[in-house]
Amino acid sequence: MAKGVKPRVKVPKSAAAGDVITIKTLISHKMESGQRKDKDGNKIPRSIINRFTCDFNGQNVVDIKMEPAISTNPFFEFKAKVPESGEFKFTWYDDDGSVYETAKKIAVS
Amino acid sequence: MRIGNMFLAATAAVALSATSLLAGSDRLSIDGQEMTTRAKAPDYTPNLDQVISGWVFRSEETQALELDDFDNPSFVFIDQANDLWNKVDGSEGKSCASCHDDVAEFKGLRTVLPRVVDGKLQTLEDIINSERVNRMGAEPWGYTSAPMAAMAALISLQSRGMPVQVKIDGDAAPFWERGKEIYYTRVGQLDLACANCHEDNYGKMIRADRLSQGQINGFPTYRLKNAKLNTVHARFKGCMKNVRAKPYKPGSDEFKALELYVASRGAGLSVESPSVRN
Repeated sequence: MAKGVKPRVKVPKSAAAGDVITIKTLISHKMESGQRKDKDGNKIPRSIINRFTCDFNGQNVVDIKMEPAISTNPFFEFKAKVPESGEFKFTWYDDDGSVYETAKKIAVS
Repeated sequence: MRIGNMFLAATAAVALSATSLLAGSDRLSIDGQEMTTRAKAPDYTPNLDQVISGWVFRSEETQALELDDFDNPSFVFIDQANDLWNKVDGSEGKSCASCHDDVAEFKGLRTVLPRVVDGKLQTLEDIINSERVNRMGAEPWGYTSAPMAAMAALISLQSRGMPVQVKIDGDAAPFWERGKEIYYTRVGQLDLACANCHEDNYGKMIRADRLSQGQINGFPTYRLKNAKLNTVHARFKGCMKNVRAKPYKPGSDEFKALELYVASRGAGLSVESPSVRN
């Protein structure tokens, strides 16, 4: 179980219909690659976030597969077009089976 | 030939003025709040015209990370510190929040540290540990440990944008003099004092890195090289190792005195903590 995992998300609170907004996400995670060895020469087992998804009102925005070369605290910035008010749902999937979720509402006028 | 000429022109510019070649901009505005990145040097630093924040010396990409608190990786640790703030620890069953309603009450504290209390030089780390031991009955944190760096960053953040203004006269004077002596004393196999790099040669390249004035207004600082928050004393230790000297211990009287002296050299610069450096 990875410790100290905390998702952070930045989404504008409001936008005009059809606007392209910028979304920034970061999850604090050590992203252990599985390639490193500890002091005694034993391999440190791989422990990474392997998938990240963002959905808007049930519709998928991005779905990202992640690999061990990705650095600690993975950060994603992407753009999305918002047709209506709703909720962005963000989900991170950990190697150990944990799922971290957070959501942000946006008001579209 | 054309490339050759351009190269010559660039070299000439280096010779003219190292500081005019600084990569990025001077204007630092964090989420709309303006920071002072250059200030007139105080009287007691006759070898400097201006004191300049380390932010000015960094590349545009590194500078950009500090403009927005979401992009600033330090805020992962600020989040952790907020959790620590509310976490009960020690025999008294208290957390920071049990006595202090809001961390915002420490606004301004960072600008006057280190300071002399009862004849002893006190740093932010000293305050945090004394509260932990005396009020919470908890184990003190390691001086440069991760929770210490995070909590120091959270408390320093409350003073962000306020000018550094440490007291150097009165009972602080002997500590300041001691710090100054350390700053100008050559040490280690490379026989370098702090001043040789950070006063005589700031703005120039040291291998692939640009030398700053060694200001500490942005500490604790997130360094891209180690992906964590770094405390002032950990940085001093790293510098001393780089010149192949035997470093003083973090939290030692020597480093505290040096911290006071170096802080005073940045008088007038905004507290930038938690900053981003390479």
